[in-house]
Amino acid sequence: MPTLNHFLILSGVLFSIGTAGVFLRRNLITILLSIEIMLNAVNITFVAVGRYLGTVDGQIITFFVMTVAAAEAAVGLALVISLFRHRETLSPDAFTSLKW
Amino acid sequence: MELFTFYVLAGVTVLASLGVVSSRVPMHSVMLLIVSFGALAGLYVMLDAPFTAVTQIIVYAGAIMVLFLFVVMLLNQHREDEPEAMPASLLRRNLRAGVLLSVLLAIEVAWGLSRVGVTTFGTDPGDVSSISSVAHIGMALFTTHAFAFEVTSVLILVSMVGAVVIARREP
Repeated sequence: MPTLNHFLILSGVLFSIGTAGVFLRRNLITILLSIEIMLNAVNITFVAVGRYLGTVDGQIITFFVMTVAAAEAAVGLALVISLFRHRETLSPDAFTSLKW
Repeated sequence: MELFTFYVLAGVTVLASLGVVSSRVPMHSVMLLIVSFGALAGLYVMLDAPFTAVTQIIVYAGAIMVLFLFVVMLLNQHREDEPEAMPASLLRRNLRAGVLLSVLLAIEVAWGLSRVGVTTFGTDPGDVSSISSVAHIGMALFTTHAFAFEVTSVLILVSMVGAVVIARREP
């Protein structure tokens, strides 16, 4: 029988993988996918702790996180399309006009 | 037996996520992420959250990943054009930040786990059935969390309008 600790460690590992993706990849789409991995790592923590505490609140927060993830994906991908139209590349290094 | 299932599902999730981050072909990344979400749905079932598992498949693997696939096909980039052409100084700086963050995360997780010790889930059947029941989720969602639910609809409207405006071709 897996314990709460199993799920928390899995969540930590997934979150680290997502963070590594955001830091190390040079492709806007892969960066957005890594953010999805991080959101899912948080989701599994919410559901596991909700199960541990015996409430449905963890699952409900998970639904809200999914909604926010859908909104974020829609706006993020619209930005990616718009940026690709301007520069014909997906590398974040090409979009540094606002960098100080 | 359940522990074995957990390790199989967790292993699939972690390996698929590693593939997402390391694959050079965006299409493969999206497909591997769908595999990862499927295994995560299995983990939700193990946590007595079948409704969340179904939502995960329908909303995440169904809707959000189709959106990603559309964009990958629309941009038609089979591979990354530059083979990870990150300057050495930037790579070193990113690695340093990443190592710092992961060490901090590991310390936090270890501290938290040492505080709570090994915690097993409750096995009271009444407790479990009240968690996994869709009726209970609906009751809590539309009474206690009704305000957040309504605000979410505004958020979705805003993001829909925003996506249309941002992605519109300039006249």
